[in-house]
Amino acid sequence: MLNFTIRRVLLAIPTLLFISLVIFLLLEASPGDPLGDVPLTVPPEVKEKMREALGLGRPWFIRYVLWLKQFFWVEPLYWTDQLLGTYFSDGMQRVISFQSRSPVFDVIAQRVPQTLTVVGMSYIVGVMIAIPIGILSAYKQYSWFDQIGTFVSMVGFSMPTFFTGVVLIIIFGVKLQWFPSVYDTTHEVQDWDSFLVQVRQMIMPVTVLALYNAAQISRFMRASMLDNLGQDYVRTARAKGLGERKVVLKHVLRNSLIPVVTVIALGLPTVFGGAIITEQVFKVNGLGQLLISSIHANDIPMVLTLTFIFAILIVTFTLIADILYGVLDPRIRYD
Amino acid sequence: MTETERQQRMNTEELIEETAGAAAATSALPPDEPQVAGGETRSQWRDVWRQFRSHRGAMVALVLFVGVLLFVSVGPWLWTIDPGYVDIRARNTGFTAAHPLGTDQLGRDMLARLMAGGRVSIAVGLTAMLIAIFLGSTIGVLSGYFRRLDAPLMRLTELFLALPLLPLLLLMVTLFREPLSQSFGPAMGIFLLIVSAIGATSWMQSARIVRGDVLGLKEREFILAAKSIGTPPRRMILRHVLPNVLSPIMVAATLGIATAIITESALSFLGLGFPPDFPTWGRLLFDAVDQMALYPSRVILPGVFISLTVLCVNYIGDGLRDAMDPRIRGR
Repeated sequence: MLNFTIRRVLLAIPTLLFISLVIFLLLEASPGDPLGDVPLTVPPEVKEKMREALGLGRPWFIRYVLWLKQFFWVEPLYWTDQLLGTYFSDGMQRVISFQSRSPVFDVIAQRVPQTLTVVGMSYIVGVMIAIPIGILSAYKQYSWFDQIGTFVSMVGFSMPTFFTGVVLIIIFGVKLQWFPSVYDTTHEVQDWDSFLVQVRQMIMPVTVLALYNAAQISRFMRASMLDNLGQDYVRTARAKGLGERKVVLKHVLRNSLIPVVTVIALGLPTVFGGAIITEQVFKVNGLGQLLISSIHANDIPMVLTLTFIFAILIVTFTLIADILYGVLDPRIRYD
Repeated sequence: MTETERQQRMNTEELIEETAGAAAATSALPPDEPQVAGGETRSQWRDVWRQFRSHRGAMVALVLFVGVLLFVSVGPWLWTIDPGYVDIRARNTGFTAAHPLGTDQLGRDMLARLMAGGRVSIAVGLTAMLIAIFLGSTIGVLSGYFRRLDAPLMRLTELFLALPLLPLLLLMVTLFREPLSQSFGPAMGIFLLIVSAIGATSWMQSARIVRGDVLGLKEREFILAAKSIGTPPRRMILRHVLPNVLSPIMVAATLGIATAIITESALSFLGLGFPPDFPTWGRLLFDAVDQMALYPSRVILPGVFISLTVLCVNYIGDGLRDAMDPRIRGR
């Protein structure tokens, strides 16, 4: 197991390096100019100076290696400095955004909480809805509950989040006026009332994402439960006189959760990607909104870093899913 | 790394089984003598069709999907208003006889725009699916059939799976829209860009499924027989391997249409899809969001069309999978 983990981690490094190179070259091949927004009255010599100041004058491979160094060496050093009060990163250049001229990671750190509260909350809610539904509809296969559950999850799966979000806004934000349609990120929770305001504004984005996730996970849960309900050990458990509740909720559920847990882990990075759309619908200024605005502004370091962070998330969670599978299921042997 | 691949194959199998769960329990017992049963000739496709018909949800979905297809293809012949015709005096009308679904903020007829938008959306879905399936089955068959190609091609697939797709799609579409629309015209350039971007980023699942099937197929006797009479690899693949992996490819293709339509409308919704005067369902939705408080129907109609089409396609894919895979029938 340990061997397998080490091998996978080592293999993940070249994968990530390659992905970063792909993203970098894609950005490099693009015709966009980071100085496109600079007024035409600025003389060409000054523009050339600005280009130099942004580090654009050098050939691409040097800039790529420089970015790698900044990402993997300077940034960790900077954060350890912040934590421990040391001075390792003094005089080193951090990854700087073209747009705001401030370090990319500071901007990202400002945006992460918004995304994490909405996305994380919705994923938890989604899983909590999905698992009971999956259990029930597998246990009562072909009952009306199962039929409706399957249909609803199919619909939830097929409705794009931008549509469900907009419909919710029209119904609950505009017609009924229950919830605010725009997410206010400057809102701070201080007391009970402001906490309620926060809950009210989170309900709609969380519902949209949670429904979408629940639709997918409940289908996995149902299939996995069905697989296990037909196994011999279930018959044995029943035959030796165990109560139905114990059979289903202890024996079957535990075994059925193994694949579902890995699916949940695999789905997390995709949820971050999907949140780009939901953030746009509800005007949450999280990571997705940051990505879109920096794509529009040709802010190459920001786009590169953000996309690469998404890639790291995907690779990490795939790894976690693989390892979890091996840990949870003793039948799986990697060595 | 075969362990990971085995596990990934198990994952795909779970995925297949998981979606098959929606099937109704309708497996009939096989006839005692299949050769003479029924009296009519039995081909595989007739069997598949018979099985497909018994899946009620899939049949309803098929009828609805054909309806949507007719709406966008034949509709413009019957409803001849130009979707781009601006009638500023008739803007923002509700449901009237002249404009059954109302008009938008420039007085363009919504019914005509929905038809035109659907044409583009479905065309994008179909073309992107064709590209993805072509790439996926080529890579899947090659890596399953030729042992030497297996490792590098599967590494490539894993690499693509690790790419953050939506951010990359956004990136590709924003960065390359200008040069492409200059060389192919605004509409065609964006169409090519979106279709190839979606196609190039969604072939991985089908490649894996096809590879798994080809690997299993290679152990079968008929392949050995064909090989022993000296069939060259090219004919081997085209005559013996491909027809036998056609059913997973078809299921993947159906589901691919749904994903492509959703991705295109998501791009349009983020304002990075087709140009404004070129309606697609996602674009119509995006344009209407600004005034959704006043004219909610303009948001809901394209959204309903997107969801309905995707739902139908998903159900058809479900039914196809049930009909084509006898092992999971009736689950």
